[in-house]
Amino acid sequence: MDFFHAHQAQHYLVLAAVLFALGALGVVLRRNALIVLMSIELMLNAVNLTFLAFSRFPLMGTSPQGSFLTGHAAVFFVIATAAAEAAVGLAIIIAVFRSRTSVNVDEFDALKL
Amino acid sequence: MMEAVLFYIFAIGVIAAGAQVVLRRNPIYGALSLVGCFFFLAGIYLLLAAHLIAILQIMIYAGAVMVLFVFVIMLLNLKDEELGEQRMTAMKVVGIIAVLATTGVIAWRALGAAYPNGPQVDNALRISGFGTVREVGRVLYLSSVLPFEVTSLLLLVAVVAAVVVAKGKI
Repeated sequence: MDFFHAHQAQHYLVLAAVLFALGALGVVLRRNALIVLMSIELMLNAVNLTFLAFSRFPLMGTSPQGSFLTGHAAVFFVIATAAAEAAVGLAIIIAVFRSRTSVNVDEFDALKL
Repeated sequence: MMEAVLFYIFAIGVIAAGAQVVLRRNPIYGALSLVGCFFFLAGIYLLLAAHLIAILQIMIYAGAVMVLFVFVIMLLNLKDEELGEQRMTAMKVVGIIAVLATTGVIAWRALGAAYPNGPQVDNALRISGFGTVREVGRVLYLSSVLPFEVTSLLLLVAVVAAVVVAKGKI
């Protein structure tokens, strides 16, 4: 048994953690609203990867309620919600760009006192 | 052995393409490398025996959502000076440290005591039809049919909201 097969679940979980970090860095570092939205998509995909990894490699001593594929159903809902989020987020960016001629999130301060 | 090689190829692809999203100045390069990142991720999902989710990833994420992103980037047509310059502020340094610390804790927990040493339980070998359309559809339509229907309502609301917000005058 080689290293990969002895630690399969850990490989997928660490990849998900790195992908989540990339998305979070994009949200923290970049001021372009479009890139912030794309980084959020990266973070959502990291979460999906975690769901699928735990679905295939369950923790010892845990038995799921009902089916073993509940994690796959959760990923399905995350994908549907992410599509809705992207549509509304991009519509908001277009609406703000029309009034401010900018996509810099530092300039989105119309509600500031 | 083959599985390990494929995993490392896909993992390097995911991380390299994902890094482009964060590092590239022009969002169009970010959007196109994000499409590549989603294709590599679909490969990872196939390695996890999630056949339906892998194909949904390509059709919905790489297809529908990223077309929307590229369309908006083309529509806004940002000039070079509107992209703004990159500044390093103290808050950003704090943010980087916070992100790296959080990721370190998550990775440390994943590598730690969660999985004891020895062979891991593999549901893909234990359960017939793991990740197929039939079995995932059974879960969706039998045990989570209410969330499934509410999701359709959510998508309808999102379509209407996108039109109302983005259109200046109705």
